[in-house]
Parts: sequence; C-alpha cells; structure tokens
Amino acid sequence: MKSLEELRAIKAAAQSRLGIRNDDAAAVKVVVSMGTCGIAAGARPVLNAFTEEIAKHNLQNVAVSQTGCTGHCPDEPVVDVYVGNAEKVTYVKMTPEKAARVVAEHIVNGSVVTEYTAGAATK
Amino acid sequence: MFPEISLHILDIAQNAVRAGASRIEIRVTERAGELTAVIRDNGCGMTPGQCARAADPFVTSRTERRVGLGIPFIKLAAELTGGRFSLESAAGRGTAVTAVFRTGHIDCMPLGDLSGTVFALVTANPGLDFLFVHTVGERSETMDTRAFRAVLGDVGLDTPDVKRYIREYLDEMNREL
Repeated sequence: MKSLEELRAIKAAAQSRLGIRNDDAAAVKVVVSMGTCGIAAGARPVLNAFTEEIAKHNLQNVAVSQTGCTGHCPDEPVVDVYVGNAEKVTYVKMTPEKAARVVAEHIVNGSVVTEYTAGAATK
Repeated sequence: MFPEISLHILDIAQNAVRAGASRIEIRVTERAGELTAVIRDNGCGMTPGQCARAADPFVTSRTERRVGLGIPFIKLAAELTGGRFSLESAAGRGTAVTAVFRTGHIDCMPLGDLSGTVFALVTANPGLDFLFVHTVGERSETMDTRAFRAVLGDVGLDTPDVKRYIREYLDEMNREL
C-alpha cells in the first residue's frame, strides 16, 4: 500500500509553497449539487472531472466543494462557479466533457462558457 | 433508483454530510454471496418518529421539494435482491444505515465505482473525516483520513497534491483487493 512517508513529502512541499502564495484563500470556488437528483443525473463523475482537470492545469487556488439539492432538479447536474468577486455563474446539465471546457475556458482563461449556463438553457 | 450500489452509498453519505456529521464511516463487505454496505455518521441523528417515517418517499425535512428518495431507493434496491435494510438512529448521536444485497440475484445492480464515490466525498468535504473499509472475502483494506491529517497537520486534504495521493491510495486499495 501507499506509504504515509509520501504524504510527509507532499506536506513539506506544500508548506514551502505557502510562503509564496499567501494571497486570498481560494480565488475560485466550484460547487457541485449532490442531492439525490444530482447524483442520479451524473454529479459524481462531474465533480471528479473538475478535480482532475484542475489538477491537470496545475491550479493551486481552486476549491471544489459540494452542496445538497438546490431545487433545480430537472437541470442537474448543476454546478456554480465563483471567480473572485464576480457574480456566480450557474452551469446546468453538466458532463465530465463540459467540465473540462469550463475549467479551460472559464477558470483558466476567464471566459464564461455561455452555452452551458442556466441562462442559455432557458432561452 | 441508481444503476450502481456505489451511487446509493454516495447518496446516503450526503444525508450524513447534511446531518452535520464530523466523521462518516463507509464499510462495504463482499462475502458469501452478499454485499453489505454500512454508512454510519455522528451527525444530528433522528428521533424515533423521524426514523419510522424515513423510508417514506413523501417525507423529507427539506424545503426545496416535497419528496425524499435517498433512503426509500436504497431500501428498495436491497430488498429487490432478497436482501435487507435497517436504520438505526439516535437524536444528537448519529445514524447508521445498513443495506444487504444478495449479489447472485438478477436484480442486484453492480457495486460500480466505489473509489469514485469515496474520492468525491473526501475531496469535496475536506473538513470532515472519513473512514472507508472495503472487505472482499478475507481481504480488507482501509482508508482513514484521520491518519492523513495526523501527518499533514495544517496542510489541508484539499491540497491538489494530497488529492492526487488520495486518488492513488484508493486505486491501490482496489488493486490489493
């Protein structure tokens, strides 16, 4: 099995980085709805895709968290993205592929993927 | 209903998160034609009255909608295989949900991506502790976030490199079983 020694090395590396980036805690927050409706619609692979894509892009300051059902069951999987002080963007009917695009275009490049947003879906 | 037992486990664990638990245990045991899933938490628990109504799909404590399907779903999924379901809870102390599936039954769904369920729970709730024990026959593998936390100190479980470690740890558990 994996050793805790490896975790000690990760800790040391993380602490040496802390001194460099003591800016704001998490500049970007990704919140995935994980109620029964969200899980049934595929929220688990969406959440894990966000985590993996964020790691691929080597982004250190993005938090991926979860919440319960927000009452938008027919639009699940629903994901809210908060970037800095900008208004939150709600993405609906998400998939792992869409998550990869949101990370690359919205979180990395700052350009909202309008076609996946709740606003675009209701038009 | 869900296509995988591991999605039912994720859904029940969400109830534990919402119950304000600080520690959630997930034990999956595959042995002698049965798969037993136990999800135990130290959250707010339920009164005997709430407990008795929990398997009713038209009862929920939520205000966003009027149905609560998590417990009815897993109960039905287990009972359809000739298995069992039980719910133990004490207000202020926590809840334990047990579902036993008979794996040889034609209506038994696959376990599915259990590692994906645990990974999602741990990484999206870095402030909570999770104990995950997966037993297949005589072999058993354990992941306890308290052991990770003891090493990491004030470095969070949501640090990207720690998440990658947890992913690899779970993959290795799978290989060992």
